[in-house]
Amino acid sequence: MDVLFDILGSANFWAAAIRIATPLIFGVLGALICERAGVLNLGIEGIFVAGAMAGWLAVYLGAGLWGGVLVAALAGALFGLLHAFLTVILGLSQHVSGIGITLLATSVSYFTYRTALPDVTSPPRIAAFQPLNIPGLSDLPFFGPALFQQTPLTFLALVFVVLVALVLYRTPLGLAIRAVGDNPASVEAQGLSVVGLRVGAVVVGSALMALGGAFLTMSAFDAFFFGMVNGRGWICIALVVFASWQPGKALLGALLFGAFDAFQIRLQAQIGQVVPGQVFLMLPYLLSIVALILVARRADYPRALLQPWTKGQRH
Amino acid sequence: MSLRLEPRDHASVSLKLTVSLAAGVIALLLVAVPVIAAGGTPLEAYWLMLQGAFGSMFALSETLNRATPLILTGLAAAVAFRAKLWNIGAEGQLYIGALAAVCVGSGLMQLPPVLMIPTVMVAGFLAGGLMMVIPTIIKQRFGADEVVITLLLNFVVILFIQMLVEGVLKDPLSMGWPQSVPLIAEAKLPKLLPRLRMHWGLITGLVAALILWLMVRKTVLGFEIRAVGENKAAARFAGIPVDATMLKVALISGGLAGLAGVGEVAGVKDYLSSDLSPGFGYSGIVVAMLAGLSPVGTVIAAVFVAAVFVGADSMSRATGISSYIADLVVALSLLCVLVGSFFLRFSVKFERRQVGA
Repeated sequence: MDVLFDILGSANFWAAAIRIATPLIFGVLGALICERAGVLNLGIEGIFVAGAMAGWLAVYLGAGLWGGVLVAALAGALFGLLHAFLTVILGLSQHVSGIGITLLATSVSYFTYRTALPDVTSPPRIAAFQPLNIPGLSDLPFFGPALFQQTPLTFLALVFVVLVALVLYRTPLGLAIRAVGDNPASVEAQGLSVVGLRVGAVVVGSALMALGGAFLTMSAFDAFFFGMVNGRGWICIALVVFASWQPGKALLGALLFGAFDAFQIRLQAQIGQVVPGQVFLMLPYLLSIVALILVARRADYPRALLQPWTKGQRH
Repeated sequence: MSLRLEPRDHASVSLKLTVSLAAGVIALLLVAVPVIAAGGTPLEAYWLMLQGAFGSMFALSETLNRATPLILTGLAAAVAFRAKLWNIGAEGQLYIGALAAVCVGSGLMQLPPVLMIPTVMVAGFLAGGLMMVIPTIIKQRFGADEVVITLLLNFVVILFIQMLVEGVLKDPLSMGWPQSVPLIAEAKLPKLLPRLRMHWGLITGLVAALILWLMVRKTVLGFEIRAVGENKAAARFAGIPVDATMLKVALISGGLAGLAGVGEVAGVKDYLSSDLSPGFGYSGIVVAMLAGLSPVGTVIAAVFVAAVFVGADSMSRATGISSYIADLVVALSLLCVLVGSFFLRFSVKFERRQVGA
C-alpha cells in the first residue's frame, strides 16, 4: 500500500500521466471526428508515424518548432485525404484502406528518414519544446509541477478538446458532422454534401492524429526512432469506443490511460526484480482490450459507420 | 463524351487477374518516384530487383523461402476476410505457433521425424488457431470489435515471447542472446534442396492452399463461409450456424498463421526469438488482398511480395537505396488493388452525347 501512496503522492507521477496522455488525446480526438462522420480510420497508426517523422524532419532541416507542427499536420491531412478519397468518394472498404494507409504512411516515413539521413547511426536530436512556465500556476506547490509544467503541445491538445466539443455540439457544422455519421440521408435531404462533410472530417481528424505523432518527436523525445509509435494509434481506436465518441470522455479516457501507464512504469521500478519488465509493458495493451470488452455491449457506434454513401441513395 | 458507372453483377476471373496484375505493376511504377528521390535510376533499380529475386538458383530459393510464411499468413487473411472476420492478428498468431513448436519440439518428447514433424505442426496450428478463437469468442459474447483486439494482441504476444526467450525458454548456450533453446533434429523441417534454405514449409503452404481451394469450392463449410461473408443476417435466416462457422474460420485462419510460425522456427531459424518475423502477419493481409482472397492466387501473390522484399534487399545493397522501398511497393500494391476493386464492382462506360437531338 505504501508503494501505491508514494506513487500517487508524487507530482512527478501526475506530470508523467499527462505527458503520456497527450499524444493519445490528439489521436482519440482525430479518430473521434472521423468516426462521428461515419469513417473508421485505421490509418491512424501510420499517420502517427508520419506526423512524428515529418514534424521532426522539418525542425531538423531548419523550420521552427511550430513550423514543424504545421508540417506534421499537413502530412496527416494528406494521408487523410487519400483515405477519404478511397473510402468516401470511391466507397471502398474502410478496413482495407486504413490498413493500407498505415502501411504506406509508415513505409514512406521510414524510407524518407533513411534517405534524408543515410549515414546516421544514432538518431540526431533537435531542440524540442520545453515545459512552459506559467507565472503563478507553475510555481504552486505540488500542483505546479504536477499539472502546469507541460510543453505547449499538451496545452494545445486540451484546447482542441474544448474546440472539438464546441464545434460538435454547439454549431450547425457539428450537427451536420454528427448527422452524417448517423443518418446521411437526412443530411442530403437538407441540401448538404455528405461526401464533402465526410472528406472534411477525415482530413481534419487525420491532421489531429499526426499532431499526436509530432508530440512524440518534438516534445516527449527530441529524436525519431523506428517503431516509436508502437501501437499508440491502435490504442486510440480502442479509446474512442471507451469514450463513447465524446470529446470530454476522450480526454478522461486518455488521462486514465496515461495515469495507468505512468503508474506501471513506477511500479516496475519498485518491484521490477520480481516480475519481468515485459509484464508491465503488456499492461497498456491488455488494459485497452479490457476497456473495449467492458464497454462493447453498451457502445453506441455511429449508425452509418463503415457504410459508404452514394449521392441520391435511398434506404 | 461522358462517363457512366454501371454496377457489375459478377466479375470474371480474367478481370480479377488483370486488376491484381495491374495493381502490382502500377505500384512498381509509382515507386520510381522515391527511387529517383533517393538518387537512383528506376530502370536499373527494377532490373537489380528482378535479378535479386529470380536471377539465380540461390535468389529463387531465397524468394521462395520468404514466400513460404507469406503463403500461410496470406491464406490466414484470405479465409478470414471471406467470412468478413477481420483477423489483423496473424503476426501474433505466427509467434504463438512458433512458440508451440519450440515447446513441443525442443526435447519434451522423443519421436522419429515422421511423427515429430506432424506433432509440431499440429501444436503450432492449434496454438495459432486458439489465438484467433479467443478474440472471436469475445466478439460473439461481448460484441467487442475483433480488429482492434487482434491488433493489440500482436503487441502483447511479442512482449510475451520476449519475456520467455529472456527467461524460462532462454538457451543457456546462446552466449547471452535472447533466443530459445533450439529444436531437436527430429523436429526440423528438411530442406528441399541441398545448400539452399528452401524447406518443406513451402510444400505445407502449397498443400494448405490446395486444401483451402477444395474446401471453399466443394465443402459445406466452404459454402457456409461464403454465405456468412456475403450476408450474415441472411445466412442466419437460412439456418446456417453463423457463430459456429465463424469459430471454425477463426481456428483455420489463426492455425494457418501459426503454421507460418512453425515453418520459420522448424525450417529456417531452429530457435525462437522476438525478431522471428519482419511483419509476415501484416504482409499476409496485402498478399490476400492482391489475390482477391483466392487460395490459389494467394500463392502467386505471396511469391510476388516475397520477390519484392528479396529483390529490394539485393538492390539496396548494390545502390544504397533504402530497402524500405520494398515496404513502399507492398503498401502501394494494397492501395492499388483496393482501387482496382472499384472496377470489379463497376464497369465504366463511355457515352457519346447526342448533340442537338
